[in-house]
Amino acid sequence: MANREETARSVPSVLGACCADGSGPVQPAGPCTIRVALVGQPNVGKSTVFNLLTGMNQHVGNWPGKTVERKEGIHRCDGVDIQIVDLPGTYSLTANSLEERITRDYIIHERPDVVVMVADAASLERNLYLLSEILCLPAPVVLALNMVDVAQQQGLGIEPHVLEAALGLPVVPMVASKNQGVRELVDTVLRVYREGPRGVCRPDIREDHREVLAELVNLIAGSVPEPYPEDWVALKMLEGDEEITEMMRARLTPEQWERVHRVLMRHEDAILAIAGGRYEWVRRMTRAALTVPKAGQITLTDRIDKVATHPVWGLFVLLGVLGAIFWLTYTIGSPIQAFLDRYLIQAGAEWVRTAFAAAPWWVTGLLADGVIGGAGMVLTFLPILVIFFAVLGALEDIGYMARAAYVMDRFMHLMGLHGKSFLPLFLGFGCNVPAVMGARIVDSPKARLLTILVAPLVPCTARMAVVAVLAPIFFGSAAIWVSWGLIALSLVVLAVVGIALHELVLGGEHVAFIMELPLYHTPNARTIGLSVWQRTMGFVRKAGTIILIVSVVVWALSVLPRGEVDTSILAAVGRFLSPLGALMGVGWQMMVALLTSFVAKENTIATLSVLLGVGGEEAGLAQVLPTLLTPASALAFLVVQVLFIPCAATVATMRQETGSWKWTAFSVVLLFVLSFAVGIGVYQLALLAGWGV
Amino acid sequence: MHAKKHFHLGKHFWRREHKTAVADGRAVTLGTLPAGKTATIAELQGGRGFTTRMAALGFTPGAEVTMIQNFGRGPIIVLVRGTRIALGRGEAERVWITPNGGNAHGES
Repeated sequence: MANREETARSVPSVLGACCADGSGPVQPAGPCTIRVALVGQPNVGKSTVFNLLTGMNQHVGNWPGKTVERKEGIHRCDGVDIQIVDLPGTYSLTANSLEERITRDYIIHERPDVVVMVADAASLERNLYLLSEILCLPAPVVLALNMVDVAQQQGLGIEPHVLEAALGLPVVPMVASKNQGVRELVDTVLRVYREGPRGVCRPDIREDHREVLAELVNLIAGSVPEPYPEDWVALKMLEGDEEITEMMRARLTPEQWERVHRVLMRHEDAILAIAGGRYEWVRRMTRAALTVPKAGQITLTDRIDKVATHPVWGLFVLLGVLGAIFWLTYTIGSPIQAFLDRYLIQAGAEWVRTAFAAAPWWVTGLLADGVIGGAGMVLTFLPILVIFFAVLGALEDIGYMARAAYVMDRFMHLMGLHGKSFLPLFLGFGCNVPAVMGARIVDSPKARLLTILVAPLVPCTARMAVVAVLAPIFFGSAAIWVSWGLIALSLVVLAVVGIALHELVLGGEHVAFIMELPLYHTPNARTIGLSVWQRTMGFVRKAGTIILIVSVVVWALSVLPRGEVDTSILAAVGRFLSPLGALMGVGWQMMVALLTSFVAKENTIATLSVLLGVGGEEAGLAQVLPTLLTPASALAFLVVQVLFIPCAATVATMRQETGSWKWTAFSVVLLFVLSFAVGIGVYQLALLAGWGV
Repeated sequence: MHAKKHFHLGKHFWRREHKTAVADGRAVTLGTLPAGKTATIAELQGGRGFTTRMAALGFTPGAEVTMIQNFGRGPIIVLVRGTRIALGRGEAERVWITPNGGNAHGES
């Protein structure tokens, strides 16, 4: 079957090279590989379409050097391999955000054979705005009109054929959540690939700016680098696109640039005229195809939002939802975690010790404590994370998460963050690693950084597990209040640190809160399932790579040079820090326990057992610990342990997500200083309260 | 198409026109629009980043906005071009509107 044409076409595809004839009509071909890019605005069901097309045949990674997810997959149909790249969801193609830059760079440089734009039929006008931008790029486009059922419920009348005739490009109505229209979409993509683009109606700039655009095109003619279209570059410069303007500034001679610059200065406002012109084009395109019902209809979304986004009731709804998530986590997730810890991690470590009894100490130690006890331990939190991911995924799919962000905006605003940061921070209660990763959804880089910096202050389940063991030893029946107090204290510290960092480090910059509130709709199990699967696998991959490496390194520090914790480098550091511990009546063993909690938070207990010579028995700890620490010291210790440097896994993730050692180190130092400062403060208060004996 | 004419009149005519609308008391900020009321966008103030983001979401001069939720403090929800958008108070103060009826910049 493999003919020469196929090889010729598929080789550059595999290499990702840009074909010079990408925009031209494509030669007919038999079985082959074609590359399709999925674009669309957020909340249009693009992921659902992608998941339907690729199923499990997908690969999730990052765009090179960027913290934006890159999803790729293959759909096989009639002997054709359709390679699909799911480009990030964007509202427009101006280089405002990383997502927008990635999307347009991909279309321009990688030249996909067909671009499928997924649009939400229920908000067609705004969706076609993106189409008006895409049509200026050299790629054949198919419009997938998703959620036509929702549009119908909204009373909107849409006639795809009329729209198709107006636009001059194929329009495929779909209900991706019900698996409708997928086959038609694939057929249309293949047809467009074989037949090449038709006479597309491209948006023209508004008449009042036609002259200036022509002037600009004239000025930059001949200087525009391949593969950028000249018209498009001129348009983007007129829009004030910094990336493109910088690129041209570097290519033009100073005299040319001077002239271009003068034109641009004269038309600083052009963006609004261009955007307005695009909407005029959209209106022309939809005039015949779209009938909008009279305003004033109360929809289901309006009714739910009356409560869900209300400043008071909305808060109760949110509290209820969060309470339910915690309840699920603690009644289902935690017991499974404890089970895995006991029968997988501890049993695994024991097995390694017996199986490799003859091996040198460091082999068993490395495997049992470094690999299984560090990275393996992180994996026992998977059940808790799966519950978190599933519930959050469902809430996201229903459309509630945007409302939660909206309700929390008032509070997040106090520390210079906006509502969107609430979601990743909430994930932090499960585990700080996905919290740091989840900060990606925050659009401003500064707010993203701030979210990452405060994320470790959310008390994760691992820290609370340590509290759950230690608090009853010291405080008996009052332990539950101590636990709640520690959670409250963490959140207060988080807020204070957030406010301070926003002012001091980030210069108090205002973070814009602009967010779409999608219509509520019934969740799609497949979409949620795949998102849980992908997030979980992302976490597992991390545990298997960077978390594993860091765990092993920290383990090495905790046993080198002699193979014992109490003579290790980490212990030496713990002893060195003992004057600090003395300020809150805590001995060096406790300091070492804190330091080993850096591998994994649960290590606090294991280390204490070893150092206090009670042989890993919690019952032994219960006898020894109260003789070593006063209630005041114990409370201070718990405070430090909850606020301390996050586990190695989180630190490693912070490094990856910020892309900066400086900020990672800053966070580690900050949390170190902060945890002791608050711990010592609590100790002094407790002394005043008479808990010092 | 009034806007078209304005652009021929000079580079900032269009913007100045709105400044006068502001001075006349005809234009107010979006944050002052009560829930349930509809208005026409007159101008967006703020950096280019803000303007382009808002424009992509449908906030362009001439577009109609309907206030869905506005409690006088905190974020607001508006309906613009068929989509519900949540805006921070700060963002709402940077969007100037003319209450409907005094439509100076009808887009269509």
